[in-house]
Amino acid sequence: MASTAKKLVNWTPTDVKAEMLAKYPPKVARKRASQILVNEALGNETPEISANVRTIPGIITMRGCTYAGCKGVILGPTRDIVNITHGPIGCGFYSWLTRRNQTDASGEGDENFMPYCFSTDMQDQDIIFGGEKKLEAAIQEAYDLFHPKAIAVFATCPVGLIGDDIHAVARKMKAKFGDCNVFAFSCEGYKGVSQSAGHHIANNKIFSEVVGENDAEKPGKFKINLLGEYNIGGDGFEIDRILKKCGITNIATFSGNSTYDQFASAHKADLSAVMCHRSINYVADMLETKFGIPWIKVNFIGAKSTAKSLRKIAEYFADPELTARVEEVIAEEMPAVEEVIADVRPRTEGKKAMLFVGGSRAHHYQDLFAEMGMKTLAAGYEFAHRDDYEGRQVIPDLKVDADSRNIEEIHVEADEKRYAPRKSSEEMAKLEAAGFKFKHYDGLIPDMEHQTLIVDDLNQYEAEKLVEIVRPDIFCAGIKEKFSIQKLGVPMKQLHSYDSGGPYAGFQGAVNFYKEIDRLVNSRVWGYMKAPWQENPELSATYVWE
Amino acid sequence: MLLRHTPTEIKDRSALTINPAKTCQPIGAMYAALGIHGCLPHSHGSQGCCAYHRSALTRHYKEPVSAATSSFTEGASVFGGGANLQTAIENIFTVYEPDVIAVHTTCLSETIGDDLPQMTDKAKKAGKVPAGKHVIYANTPSYVGSHVTGFSNMVKGMAKGFAVATGKKNGRVNIIPGWVEPSDMEEVKRLAALMGLDIILFPDTSGVLNGALTGEYKMFPEGGTPISDLVAAGDAIGTLALGEWCSADAARWLDTQCKVPCSVLDMPFGLKATDRFIDTLRKVGGVSVPESVAFERGQLVDLISDMHQYFYGKKVALVGDPDQVIALTEFLVSLDMKPMHIVTGTPGSKFEKRIDEITAEAGYKANVKAGGDMFLLHQWIKNEPVDLLIGNTYCKYIARDEDIPFLRFGFPILDRVGHQYFPTVGYKGGLHMLTRILDLILTRTDRDETEEKFELVY
Repeated sequence: MASTAKKLVNWTPTDVKAEMLAKYPPKVARKRASQILVNEALGNETPEISANVRTIPGIITMRGCTYAGCKGVILGPTRDIVNITHGPIGCGFYSWLTRRNQTDASGEGDENFMPYCFSTDMQDQDIIFGGEKKLEAAIQEAYDLFHPKAIAVFATCPVGLIGDDIHAVARKMKAKFGDCNVFAFSCEGYKGVSQSAGHHIANNKIFSEVVGENDAEKPGKFKINLLGEYNIGGDGFEIDRILKKCGITNIATFSGNSTYDQFASAHKADLSAVMCHRSINYVADMLETKFGIPWIKVNFIGAKSTAKSLRKIAEYFADPELTARVEEVIAEEMPAVEEVIADVRPRTEGKKAMLFVGGSRAHHYQDLFAEMGMKTLAAGYEFAHRDDYEGRQVIPDLKVDADSRNIEEIHVEADEKRYAPRKSSEEMAKLEAAGFKFKHYDGLIPDMEHQTLIVDDLNQYEAEKLVEIVRPDIFCAGIKEKFSIQKLGVPMKQLHSYDSGGPYAGFQGAVNFYKEIDRLVNSRVWGYMKAPWQENPELSATYVWE
Repeated sequence: MLLRHTPTEIKDRSALTINPAKTCQPIGAMYAALGIHGCLPHSHGSQGCCAYHRSALTRHYKEPVSAATSSFTEGASVFGGGANLQTAIENIFTVYEPDVIAVHTTCLSETIGDDLPQMTDKAKKAGKVPAGKHVIYANTPSYVGSHVTGFSNMVKGMAKGFAVATGKKNGRVNIIPGWVEPSDMEEVKRLAALMGLDIILFPDTSGVLNGALTGEYKMFPEGGTPISDLVAAGDAIGTLALGEWCSADAARWLDTQCKVPCSVLDMPFGLKATDRFIDTLRKVGGVSVPESVAFERGQLVDLISDMHQYFYGKKVALVGDPDQVIALTEFLVSLDMKPMHIVTGTPGSKFEKRIDEITAEAGYKANVKAGGDMFLLHQWIKNEPVDLLIGNTYCKYIARDEDIPFLRFGFPILDRVGHQYFPTVGYKGGLHMLTRILDLILTRTDRDETEEKFELVY
């Protein structure tokens, strides 16, 4: 297909968009045109993008499914729940240790089921006669072998079609055991249009079945939940290190390095700090509605963003001692960061990046690139919604289309006994007057420069076109994209798995990232594309060995 | 301990699979389809499967793996995925321009009973398949067999989709190599060329999944079996199917439908299986084996005799796919090693029977299970420890916990490279495998031996 033969000659973003659409059949071109945006954001005017819509068949999308969003993303990182995939073997196999959610199970007697893959391994007779009995037996066998605190069951594509009632089986086994919570997720792969539906389904169940189960008081001051942080490559460890240093207590991380008890105690926090808005904003909202815990958007990707997020948390608690401590920590941590920036920046300044990552990182990582003096020319998500692009103020205008209508919305009310506003309405008003935005996220588009490109659900063809035309210095996406981009001679950084690197969050993570990007964009390997005999013209009838 | 919850005591499990020694059909079909030149694999199901299969293959090969999907929504899952497939076929030919789309299914489209022959036929009649382009298919329900079954089904789908018997033999020999690495397929071609045979190798992923970095990206690289070869397979003088699980179905189909006689052999891992492969090739092709091939064989025998003391009596646990594990077990026994615990996740009682035969010949009874999992393998190892563990990357958790030298073999290998570049089949592959095994065993000796017994020369 493509080659790099065509050299760029001052393409405008509008030209690039037109070129990306040129080859499509008319229907496809119309649809893609609404998902590709030349950023003309000015002031408070944010252009509208089409997102969270069904994938075009045959287009070679980067997207995965609802099961991946539910089991793979949200519940996968919790070490002491036995996660049983109810389905044929593949879904369980592919989500077995392939996301780098690190966990620290080094404590005495700690359970850790993450290196295990549990499946009912459905066979054709289970499809024909139903798999409920096998599921029940599998739950029993898991209980007998491991005696875990909880067992979770995840539906895969055929489960919904054959009508297995996994929730009834879960309820029955929970009642039977008494000392083991059993719950199930209807996260069949065909639901919704992407991983996103799986996040929502996971949020609902983990909230209704686990959150609030442990009412014991948690020690510590300045209690927060860290929502939407999955400890890829140890990000969560680094954030926890910083929080601890500041004297902030993390009650529950959803869900990197997490345990069942963290989820069960999440209602004991006084603030929810949301990292990945897309995957966990549902839990954030429900914690507020049911228990009165406000939430704010934070970002620990980028040293400056980390400092800003810490200050935001301190401002919320409005405790002079905490505020002073946060400033001390920032002052202690920043010199090491600045030293590395000073080293790498001359080699990274002015370089161009493109970021196409799930539902969150395509925004957050722009801060890290900015710290290195790099520009983000194009960005987009696989499965984010319009609010992640444009900001949460658009939520009232969002239309739920036919493909996502069947994703359950659960109704949550204030808990009669346990609901407690964390701040008085006067305190909240005062914070808001000082510029504090509760329950808000501005989205990706306002942070991107004028005339950059924003592409939702980027596909293989468009990725290749973008790289050919614009020739970025680095392209960030996932494993499926990595090697086709590198074949074009462009460095590629995985921002899902971090290419086995990390952490990239917090202060130490920022240092790791600067060094990694410096290594990638300045690697000698990109100079080896052509052999000497390919670079030099052919000789004719002469000997030139000197 | 990473696998701290695995108890020594073995209890029967009827319903719960833990740490599977297999995955599902469609990934095998995807891998096979990548072995056709100019082919884009297509997954007819919801898009998660396709993303997972592409990711797994990419992690194994460190190469781009392209495949499209029908991207089922809930509506299509209830009312059928016909429209999704029609749209997909049109989009794929317009945007990506492959010569062939090879469609496989998932548990979703199989459960709802989508009719692939009818759907692909409809696309052709509606003019969605441009002239000179092809759509082939294979049904690959994930709830039957394993990834190996899916591979076999797609290889059969290639024969069904292309092979034509004109009644006039072309003098060529079909070789179906089974699920082996691109490097192994190269090695099979090299051996056949040394013997002066004109072969049709299908599928052939060499040049596709072990490519070069040149600054140019080709979705359809130079490699892969040409369509003309797949068509000509129907006129071949014979088929060698390497591996009962991977290759026999396609070979038998060519036999019954195109009158191409077939011989089903073990995969040529190790001395004896390679001997049988070369000898059969000689007979089918009517050629003699050149001295150069005999010399390679002699080198392997030489290495076995040189280093026999380090192989002798070593206990081995191995896990993988049936065709590979059968041949490998035979190889290990031929070195006087003792494969003790042997598991495949792929069902099939023939597997246990073959392993029993091979180990009985060596004078002992191994633990063997088809349709088993790595949890069971680990429990067996806890009960009777071994000197070497052979299997895919997931075994590294067992290897670390039990401190066993570990040879990465099979699919997937996610944490090392080499499998795509250096063969494991044939005599050369045997040499390569033995040097790796020796390296593991002797590195361990170097690590563990006391200082006074530390040796310079082995």
